[in-house]
Amino acid sequence: MTTVETPTPREMTVIYSRADRIFRGIVTAGALTSLLLLGLIASFLIFRSAGTFREFGLNFITGTEWFSDGFREVGDESRPDNSVFSIGPMIVGSLVVATIAMLFAIPLSIGGALYIEFYAPRSIYRVLVAMLDLAAAIPSLIFGLWGIEIFTSFGVRWATLLNDRLGFIPIFSVEFENFGRSPFVAGCVLASLVVPITTSVAREVYSRTPRDLIDTCYALGGSKWGAIRSVVMPYGRSGVIAGAMLGLGRALGETVAIYLMLNLVFKYSYQVLDSTGGNVASMIALKFGEATDKEISALIASGLVLFVITLIVNMIASNIVQRTTPRA
Amino acid sequence: MSNVVQSPDSATVEPQRPWAVKRAVRATNAGRLAVFAALAAGITLVTPLANADGWALAFLVVNLTWTIAVAVRLGAKERRDAIVRVVVSSLAFLAFVPWLSIFVSTALKGYKGLYPGYLFNDMRITSYDDELTFGGVGHAVVGSLIMVAIATILTLPLGILSGIYLTEVRGRLTFMVRFIVQSMAGVPSVVAGLFIFATVVQSMGRYSGLAGGIALAVLMLPTVSRTAEEVLKLVPDDLRSAGYALGARQWRTALMVVLPTVKAGLTTAAILGIARVIGETAPLLLTSLNTNGFMWNPIGGTLGSLPTYIFAMFMYGSEFSVARAWSGSVVLLSIVLFFFVLARRLGGRSEKRAKAGVGKAARTSVGTK
Repeated sequence: MTTVETPTPREMTVIYSRADRIFRGIVTAGALTSLLLLGLIASFLIFRSAGTFREFGLNFITGTEWFSDGFREVGDESRPDNSVFSIGPMIVGSLVVATIAMLFAIPLSIGGALYIEFYAPRSIYRVLVAMLDLAAAIPSLIFGLWGIEIFTSFGVRWATLLNDRLGFIPIFSVEFENFGRSPFVAGCVLASLVVPITTSVAREVYSRTPRDLIDTCYALGGSKWGAIRSVVMPYGRSGVIAGAMLGLGRALGETVAIYLMLNLVFKYSYQVLDSTGGNVASMIALKFGEATDKEISALIASGLVLFVITLIVNMIASNIVQRTTPRA
Repeated sequence: MSNVVQSPDSATVEPQRPWAVKRAVRATNAGRLAVFAALAAGITLVTPLANADGWALAFLVVNLTWTIAVAVRLGAKERRDAIVRVVVSSLAFLAFVPWLSIFVSTALKGYKGLYPGYLFNDMRITSYDDELTFGGVGHAVVGSLIMVAIATILTLPLGILSGIYLTEVRGRLTFMVRFIVQSMAGVPSVVAGLFIFATVVQSMGRYSGLAGGIALAVLMLPTVSRTAEEVLKLVPDDLRSAGYALGARQWRTALMVVLPTVKAGLTTAAILGIARVIGETAPLLLTSLNTNGFMWNPIGGTLGSLPTYIFAMFMYGSEFSVARAWSGSVVLLSIVLFFFVLARRLGGRSEKRAKAGVGKAARTSVGTK
């Protein structure tokens, strides 16, 4: 019996010419700028905030006081510097507002994405998709302006209603009946800011559902909801989660919209209808104007905390996106 | 009923679409929604529900009630399907309302401050709460354009390079680069501002448009890189193979075949980046601040911009200054809209061309596929 020799594939070697190697080197260097930039941002923030972390330690994260003891000349030791910087309530505030925003944004985005992909008449499909992209490009400043000038009157009515009916639940209780600048109203505005982002990601993954799977579902006698529930939703789940994470990152780092909508109060508060709140990003913008050198260092430290939080959220999101995006 | 068999030489057959919604059904549906709208308006008049939000709520409740009332006679599957349809449509409606409201309210509140000179005057000799027929937003538009130009000059080459890396070079760091670009898209704008403040502003010793532009570049880079990658991915591999087959090295193929094919697409990438950053406020509050007069020098000190103009006008808080903030918003939204439409038109064209493989370069130097 003769053995059949299977031919082994030839070794393919690519030899790049010198010009090619230079080209590849330049391109690689260009591509690595983002990496370098991210590294630079991180190291600069760490470097400039080291003093603050050395002085206040973990208290910077958990404390509730932000007090600047005023300007002084370099080396002026005539009076002690009693500045205290800590951002505990702002971190909690960021989380509270972002959570409220996501509670509204996630169902709205899923509904919006499903509607555009599966319910909207074909004639307005393209218009809706274009509108969605455009909405994602509306500056957050204009969302803030709209929020405080237009939305607040609606938001206050809902907040009053919530407080009236559900005020016995601690988080809906208030100390003063002034709902206009509450985390609840700000969270609603933030939700409308996040919805375009999460919706467009969700729509994108839903639109990639294999058509034959959906058709199979119909052929087996499934209804539209049946097809969505058993094919589209499971297929798009990780994409929707990734979109939500991206939106969460955006909500946590939002500055001007929150700056316009909320009173910054350095007090731990869980009452979402009370007019106390704030977030790290808007605090940085607020305190920056008249900050002393020492305070600048503390602000940079706050920036570092924010940077780390959003980076973790975004890395999780982009990891999910990369794992679920089919390779071209 | 007889089977209709088309003979091969008969005229073209109109495709039948038995599942299509009949015109009569569509008219009935529209009529029903109109009745519901009127009913909801009636409800808002007699119940504590008030205003637009009350009306919307009443409308959704009426619609849902009707659906359930009709659906009880159906089977379980159809019932669930009908209810889900109404719920999904309502959620989508709620999701779209804020943006519509933003466009409408900006136009309604902003038009008062617009007059012919608004785009060409500055606020040097006009106080923030002067009558709306004085002053303007010209200096802010100029400042914004200067900073966006700086950001574009910085990010476009880098974005294209990283796009080429991900699609042409495909080195070992492909995954890493893509991951970093994605993560960078999430850097909060205020953090980018702080970073540029701590580096550029403090080392230059003053706030400047250059610092603002660099801060915008940090935020723009991920958008440009990602769009450039998407665009380059659309170039068919046949074009590359053709380039190689003609004896071109990789660099020649990339620069003279691939890049020219997607020229319009790369412009789209830049424009989308611009639309993304032109409204950024937070980084500019930390790097370029605001001015009230025309200023053309990007390193000469603080430089005004549209977002900081709007912000300052709104924070000033008088009747006329807030009206100015809205007028500024009209200008800003118009610019965003302009860039956006431009990007879509260019993008649509380049996508078609890349898919057909008939870029100019493809025709002239490689031959039409």
